[in-house]
Amino acid sequence: MATMPASASDLLKSFKLKTKQQELLIRVSILCLVYILAFITRLFSVLRYESMIHEFDPYFNYRTTLYLTENGFYDFWNWFDYESWYPLGRIVGGTLYPGLMVTAVLIYRILRFLRFAVHIREVCVLTAPFFASNTTLVAYFFGKEIWDSGAGLVAAILIAICPGYISRSVAGSYDNEGVAIFALLFTFYVFVKAVNTGSLAWSLASAFGYFYMVSAWGGYVFIINLIPLYVLVLLITGRYSMRLYVAYNCMYILGMLLAMQIRFVGFQHVQSGEHMAVMGVFFLMQVFYFLDWVKHMLSDTKLFQAFLRITVTCAVAVGGIALGLGMVSGYISPWTGRFYSLLDPTYAKDHIPIIASVSEHQPTAWSSFMFDFHILLFLFPAGLYFCFKRLSDATIFIVMYGLTSMYFAGVMVRLILVATPAVCLISAIAVSATVKNLTVLLRSKNKVVQTGSTKGSGGSKSSSKALLDQSQPFQKNGAIALLFGAFYLLSRYATHCTWVTSEAYSSPSIVLAARGAHGNRVIFDDYREAYFWLRQNTPQDAKVMSWWDYGYQITAMGNRTVIVDNNTWNNTHIATVGRAMSSYEDEAIEIIRSLDVDYVLVVFGGVTGYSSDDINKFLWMVRIGGGVFPVIKEPDYLVNGEYRVDKGAAPKMLNCLMYKLCYYRFGEMLTEYGKPPGYDRARGVEIGNKDVKLEHLEEAFTTSNWIVRIYRVKPPNNRCPHNVETPVVTHLGDVFPNGSNIHGQSGTCNPQNLGVCLDLLGLVDVNLGNAPTKPCCSLIEGLVDLEGAVCLCTAVRANVLGIHINLSISLSLLLRNCERKVATEYICGP
Amino acid sequence: MGKFWVIFVASISILLPFLCNSFSPETPTDRRVLVLLDDFAVKSSHSSYFNSLKLRGFDLDFKLADDPKIALQRYGQYLYDALILFCPSVERFGGSVDVAAIINFVDSGHDLIIAADVNASDLIREVATECGVDFDEDPSAMVIDHTGYAVSETEGDHTLIASDDYIKSDVIIGSKKIEAPVLFQGIGHSLNPVNSLVLKVLSASPSAYSANPLSKLSTPPLLTGSAISLVSVVQARNNARILITGSLSMFSNRFFRSGVQKSGSSTKYEKSGNEQFLTELSKWIFHERGHLKAVNVKHHKVGETDEPALYRINDELEYSVEIYEWSGTSWEPYVTDDVQVQFYMMSPYVLKTLSNDKKGLYSASFKVPDVYGVFQFKVEYQKLGYTSLSLSKQIPVRPYRHNEYERFIPTAYPYYGAAFSTMAGFFIFSFVHLYNK
Repeated sequence: MATMPASASDLLKSFKLKTKQQELLIRVSILCLVYILAFITRLFSVLRYESMIHEFDPYFNYRTTLYLTENGFYDFWNWFDYESWYPLGRIVGGTLYPGLMVTAVLIYRILRFLRFAVHIREVCVLTAPFFASNTTLVAYFFGKEIWDSGAGLVAAILIAICPGYISRSVAGSYDNEGVAIFALLFTFYVFVKAVNTGSLAWSLASAFGYFYMVSAWGGYVFIINLIPLYVLVLLITGRYSMRLYVAYNCMYILGMLLAMQIRFVGFQHVQSGEHMAVMGVFFLMQVFYFLDWVKHMLSDTKLFQAFLRITVTCAVAVGGIALGLGMVSGYISPWTGRFYSLLDPTYAKDHIPIIASVSEHQPTAWSSFMFDFHILLFLFPAGLYFCFKRLSDATIFIVMYGLTSMYFAGVMVRLILVATPAVCLISAIAVSATVKNLTVLLRSKNKVVQTGSTKGSGGSKSSSKALLDQSQPFQKNGAIALLFGAFYLLSRYATHCTWVTSEAYSSPSIVLAARGAHGNRVIFDDYREAYFWLRQNTPQDAKVMSWWDYGYQITAMGNRTVIVDNNTWNNTHIATVGRAMSSYEDEAIEIIRSLDVDYVLVVFGGVTGYSSDDINKFLWMVRIGGGVFPVIKEPDYLVNGEYRVDKGAAPKMLNCLMYKLCYYRFGEMLTEYGKPPGYDRARGVEIGNKDVKLEHLEEAFTTSNWIVRIYRVKPPNNRCPHNVETPVVTHLGDVFPNGSNIHGQSGTCNPQNLGVCLDLLGLVDVNLGNAPTKPCCSLIEGLVDLEGAVCLCTAVRANVLGIHINLSISLSLLLRNCERKVATEYICGP
Repeated sequence: MGKFWVIFVASISILLPFLCNSFSPETPTDRRVLVLLDDFAVKSSHSSYFNSLKLRGFDLDFKLADDPKIALQRYGQYLYDALILFCPSVERFGGSVDVAAIINFVDSGHDLIIAADVNASDLIREVATECGVDFDEDPSAMVIDHTGYAVSETEGDHTLIASDDYIKSDVIIGSKKIEAPVLFQGIGHSLNPVNSLVLKVLSASPSAYSANPLSKLSTPPLLTGSAISLVSVVQARNNARILITGSLSMFSNRFFRSGVQKSGSSTKYEKSGNEQFLTELSKWIFHERGHLKAVNVKHHKVGETDEPALYRINDELEYSVEIYEWSGTSWEPYVTDDVQVQFYMMSPYVLKTLSNDKKGLYSASFKVPDVYGVFQFKVEYQKLGYTSLSLSKQIPVRPYRHNEYERFIPTAYPYYGAAFSTMAGFFIFSFVHLYNK
């Protein structure tokens, strides 16, 4: 009996861990909890809605993943998808980053192998949360690498719930970014580790991390530019070392070779402008190494200085010449528009409307910084301060990562995502360092009171510091207050993050939710209703035209061919659709027929008050259409620079196809009590054209809340004049077919048809004074005199034929020949 | 059970020809014709024309236009294959027939003959307008031709016109030349200029104009010269055929038998061209001539027979289609040399004339262009008087797979050599560097 308690206490003693082990246990359990937290906080969307894929791009990813599971990797690699971008088709295997799909399928296969009967959709839905959990681990190790394990832990917690990251990694957000942020942080971590250790193994790992990143997301360009920038800074600040040389060279060479295996990247990695910096720094590294060697060999400083000057000049000159030659010969492609728009936020707005049209490409508002970072926004500068106080290769890296990514986050909303890990890490340093200093202060005070009974636990440095600070009064109280403040802030952060996650970032945007009159939740499932209608009720090979936002969803859920989709690689094609949507129905139908469209789909929020519908996106269609086809002009749709849909709207606006399709039959609808019929709730106005009549299209389906409306394209009239055989010209610079096929709608100005007029105008011999203007006159027949002139001017300005004519003379001559009276010399407006 | 099925199938197959003796894609000639008249007198005064139709096997059903019992369809089935409107003055059809019903009748692929006359009712004008022609708005106007009139005993008012300005198409008016001019007396019409489907079969002479012959000409006539059409036909997109004329009397026995002498010409014909012209025209209208069908569209790679789901760029392929013409009783091979196939994606990438084997089989072989995308095989055959054929068949063309390129390119051998020699050199260098002290 006596031995029993003794052995038990022995047992207990053996269980009792040493301080270090205790710390490890706590750390591991915290990490585990953080890992789980990161996963479950992203499940709000599943809880609120259902296990479904969100948004737009994820639907494409899901569709390709499905293809990959069904057909295997080689078919996926060679997949030519003829359901998108009709009639161009898309080589899917060569135009996507396969990392995400391969990852999901790998997880799926492993689960299957382990006899978990999961559906691929569940795997896809949960891929992003899973990788977010993994990111927290990487954040911990990264924090540990650049500061200490405490900072690592804080970083893990911060990043686990940071809204900036959650926005792209909730369950269902099956997008490239979901895995790419993990890959990005992992690559950076391993690279910093490689620089710190100079180990070949770590730099090899970073090369593979980079490869994974390249395979997953186009944002790899950030890595491949940040790392050389970082190296350059190290070189300039005289921190060149053999460790850096090994880490960088190995990472670059292997990373490049691996990245080139991704079909979408291929030779771009050595040829395009965005990848030149990394190559330049690579050569610079060699020059440095060479100089180091020479310096080692030459013991004469003066001689070395001279040599240095010559070498550096030569190296720069050779580099410059090579770059110049490459640019001129076309071997090195210039920077792409997207890259420019990153460096210059105003670039896209002026030059590439298609990039500017995407809401997530807009410059970031202050509020969204606050929304996504909360207290991190204030902790970030503090963290920078700590980093600068303790400069090392690693902290320099995180500082550079933080600063550059913050700049990019300011340029584009979506790049907040890239900045998030850096912000979390730097803030973690601030939190960790502050809390540590404060606790050290508290503890050392106690120690001083106990007059050094326990020594050494805080380390000699902290105790000496505590001794120094001893003289200050209220130190302990101040420290306690500050600590409480810090914990209060952190708890606010946690509350904010949870709130944001549940309220803002968990909406799948394919199912909409609103609060009803009694505070109850109303679900609008119109998108899926429409897509399933398409799937069930249209012919297998039907082509659906819609604005490109919905392309992926239509192909993935409706299983129908689309004209354009979210992969915006062909601007002309999108512009053609934009042009069709912003033309009058008569003109639009020709474009629609030339593209073999069977159904037209529009998204309309006037009944529900859903604001991101096609009417609100419409100006972008006009801009993108007008960017390629000058016949479409934005001012035609505006009234005094104002975009309106009510009675005061521009006539072209009230009669364009998009308006008609959205508001067809809407004029007779009562949407809100106490408002007139045809009251558009999304824009809060009564619509201007209530009597919408469609000639060539007919309503096929409208969802229960009118959010999606689908129209069928009617076949050409059996006995009717519409000449469908005339191919509509959809390419810029194409010559219009000869005038015999062209017929104007009397009474409407159709600048395109007036192309024949211009042809004549160009041929008019002004001196003879008699112009062969007959066919032309018939075109402006139905128009009153001034309208005729304006119409001609429009045509001339559109300059459809690319001819340059003496406008005022020819125009008045032509109008006179048509027996039109125009006040003296009508001059075309600008 | 099995026996029952055999009997059922057998009875169906026996009954089938009777059930289907109406217009169908397989036997496109019309059978049952509804003739609407103002007055049953027309039945006898125009009996030659009707008899010629009956002789050709048509089943004519004469009804008064305002007969309350007339109906074009019953239980969703059309009762007739064609409609002849010899009722220029009807203000309102009886029964369920109205303009929309007639237009629907045409739009569902049935044929129509409209004969108007002076004082044609608004109803008839409306039907004509829907078909793409506009009769002179003046209700009492007639076509007058002071140089191209038919010489008769009395001087007259030159409203009886002898015209021989036919459309140049053997398919529409037959290959046998119509010697005598056609007599016409009635109102003229003009074609809707934007309607490409309507054709002028018999045109007025340049000196003709449309006006009231009894009153003095105070304003210039709206319709003049060869813009006036005397007889027009329409072939709708669904191949329904429509004949429109402004003269009911040109179908009459009197005009059929009467001799004709065009003014200014010394030749006097014993018999006018009306009978031949209108009979031949009715053959076209009732699909006894010029009706084509295309069947068995096939395409496959050269050397194979199965139709692939998609092609690869630069594949060699063969395309074939069989085209037959309906002769009135059977399908005969259609032989011509101007059928073309397009390999089309937004614009034709390949345009090739199909060669035929004189048995109706048209074929061509070509190479798929070096462009991927969703292509279509398109045959757009639109020849005057014939059924327009518009065939399109979608086929995707994919690029090369990753392993369909050449594995080793001769010009790249220096690079292979460089790669392997570098590897070897590196190995030797490492060896020497490591073990040579």
